[in-house]
Amino acid sequence: MPVTSVNVQHLTKRFGETLALDDITFDAGKGELFGFIGPDGAGKTTLFRIMTTLLLPDAGICKVEGYDVVKDYRKIRSICGYMPGKFSLYHDLTVEENLNFFATIFGTTIRENYDLVKEIYQQIEPFKDRKAGKLSGGMKQKLALSCAMIHKPEILFLDEPTTGVDAVSRLEFWEMLKRLKRSGITILVSTPYMDEAGLCDRVALMQNGRIMTINTPRNIIRNYPLSLLSVKAGDIYRLLGDLRKYPDVHSVYPFGQSAHVAFHGPDIEKESLEKFLNKKNHDVVEIMQVEATIEDCFMELMKTPGEVINH
Amino acid sequence: MSSSSENIIIVKNLVKKFGSFVANDHLTFEVKKGEIFGFLGANGAGKTTAIKILCGLSYPTSGELSVAGFDIYSQREKVKRNIGYMSQRFSLYDDLTVFENIRFYGGIYGLRKKEIDSRSHALMQRLGFESARNKLIRDIPLGWKQKLAFSVAILHSPKIVFLDEPTGGVDPVTRRQFWDMIYETSHDGITVFVTTHYMDEAEYCDRVSIMVDGKIAALDTPDNLKLTFGAASMNDVFIKLARG
Repeated sequence: MPVTSVNVQHLTKRFGETLALDDITFDAGKGELFGFIGPDGAGKTTLFRIMTTLLLPDAGICKVEGYDVVKDYRKIRSICGYMPGKFSLYHDLTVEENLNFFATIFGTTIRENYDLVKEIYQQIEPFKDRKAGKLSGGMKQKLALSCAMIHKPEILFLDEPTTGVDAVSRLEFWEMLKRLKRSGITILVSTPYMDEAGLCDRVALMQNGRIMTINTPRNIIRNYPLSLLSVKAGDIYRLLGDLRKYPDVHSVYPFGQSAHVAFHGPDIEKESLEKFLNKKNHDVVEIMQVEATIEDCFMELMKTPGEVINH
Repeated sequence: MSSSSENIIIVKNLVKKFGSFVANDHLTFEVKKGEIFGFLGANGAGKTTAIKILCGLSYPTSGELSVAGFDIYSQREKVKRNIGYMSQRFSLYDDLTVFENIRFYGGIYGLRKKEIDSRSHALMQRLGFESARNKLIRDIPLGWKQKLAFSVAILHSPKIVFLDEPTGGVDPVTRRQFWDMIYETSHDGITVFVTTHYMDEAEYCDRVSIMVDGKIAALDTPDNLKLTFGAASMNDVFIKLARG
């Protein structure tokens, strides 16, 4: 059994009428890259703010590296690095001043821990005299990550680091995380982008304050309970409408230029579906059985709120 | 999606400079009536600058532009009356109710009270929002807000609707319901001009343009783009282009 880095049991948080976190339980292992995947309002930020000791839970236990978030908050603050969802560096300080500021707060210097942030910081170092407010989205991300790392934390909390960032910067950010992970640091990261799940060791899929499932991305896909066909035809809009009328169909969702059609049971009637579509004058380009994506799994879990399966 | 080939947006050699920085560098493209046109690019590629110009909110440095049949220099107010706009950052007033927001936008676009009443009634019925008529926007779920914001943006039956990252942060089911609405709108002949960071959404578009460093680096149907760049998905096309 690997050593636990974060231990959360029955964590609950309420804001007025809203149940922001509803009985959250999970463990993240030492050195693990653990992802929280879900839309706005799932409770990701609330959870991150509790884990980083910025918010008190109403009920439940939350321990970071063995320390309790309520009793030992000072200790936790010194060993964790936090990158909040909103860019929260000082806009009117330069790149270097920001990094220096965070180093000083934690009683260290840029020089002392330069090796830790070198790989990331070097990419923005040519702009070290530029005000942080004037940086592009991708550069802000790199500076924020450098600032979160400069005190050599044991664990990193990254709250939606890639939201609103273009596909290339997202890819580069995940490449950075993968390299960081090799140093043995534990990383907890949240994202609304389902396609980023595959880059994590394990993920928790979240919705409305609850964890719907926790597993490796591979196992989440393996546990998808339905059979899935990908259908492509000339007019996707008309195709979606007609597919929804097909008997025994469980769900129909557009995926890019194809439609994903889910059925119960393993027997997929490709031929009869093709006949059905031909009768409705679709020029069917292809029908093939496909493996579910994390997004298929997420949408299916949204439909069937049941017991959390924890592995 | 429309069979008509009438061009509703015509852009020739659009240049926009801020000092010595060239944000839009000789953009040339057309968008057809009823088309779903994806406008993609990396952060800082110049998308927002171009959209502001197309919406009549900023003058180009040079170039010829016609939007919804009107000249962008001399007929800006007419352009504004014939387009709708929705963005993720701003769409509705949090401290007004659902109905007040609809009435407010209807009023801005010069709809009569009767028209506002009948259109808002039809709209709430279609969205299934009747129970939320008098709820404050801040109290309704994000997915509802986005659907409502989109409906409000086309309340005055514009010729074009601009959607600036409309689906950020919503769950995958709501995101797809939103695209259903986009398809419907396009079937009704309204042109949809959309930006997004979700590359699977790029595949829902009839045609996609990808901006890199102020220029349009590629413009075609998603199928042709994938073919041209030997890529399996629009995500791969985008990464190949934007990484250079």
